[in-house]
Amino acid sequence: MTERPHYILHHPKLHRRTMSAWWWLGNWMFTKFALRELTCVSVGYIATLLLLQLHALGRGPKAYIDFLEMMKSPLFIVLNGVAFPLVLYHALTWFHLTPKALVIRLRGMRVPDSLIITLNYLVWIILSLAVIVIVGG
Amino acid sequence: MARIMTPFFWSLFSAGGALTALLFPVHLFLMGVAHPLGWIDAPTRNALLGLVRHPITRLYLFCLISLALFHWAHRFRYTLYDCFNLKNLTTTIKYTCYGGALFGTCVAGYLLLILD
Repeated sequence: MTERPHYILHHPKLHRRTMSAWWWLGNWMFTKFALRELTCVSVGYIATLLLLQLHALGRGPKAYIDFLEMMKSPLFIVLNGVAFPLVLYHALTWFHLTPKALVIRLRGMRVPDSLIITLNYLVWIILSLAVIVIVGG
Repeated sequence: MARIMTPFFWSLFSAGGALTALLFPVHLFLMGVAHPLGWIDAPTRNALLGLVRHPITRLYLFCLISLALFHWAHRFRYTLYDCFNLKNLTTTIKYTCYGGALFGTCVAGYLLLILD
């Protein structure tokens, strides 16, 4: 148990079928999995947007206006148009996965999955409305 | 080392996943859709400054941005391994992903601290 198993390129003892990097495109189940994993790109993108916004906010009124104008440019409209459905997919898949990762027991009874998922949606709606009211302007 | 670090990164991944699932759709909706298209007026700089100056907002943004980046790092790392078969670049990918998230966390902390 001292050495961790690691990947050896062209391992002499094992025959491995080479797999295309696009193996997940052929089957819809696999594509859904890959899409779910790729939603993280959208999450990273939104975090970067928040950083850019903070940076612009701190630099002054002109920088802030420039940031707002930048978000109206065709490039960012397209980027956001791609990122928004992806982040929605992240949210929905995450809500439906929580009961599988988080098993809650109350008085020895397992809290049903549907209840946890419903609670997720409720909290989501409340927080979203709160953010719109606070930031919305 | 991996036995300590994997659960650690997984907990950051899952905290970030939950937080971003609940809050990122609405943030992108406002910042990237509703404000640019004029559905909702974007807040003025002074209004937004007043909001972000509050310690709770600073803490909120720091946690949100940092955990989102660590969520990205962990999931993107395994996406590259599993979906794109880049298993021979594990070390490079690992350090780039988590290093990027750490860098972004430092930038977030810096930007939130210098804002006055």
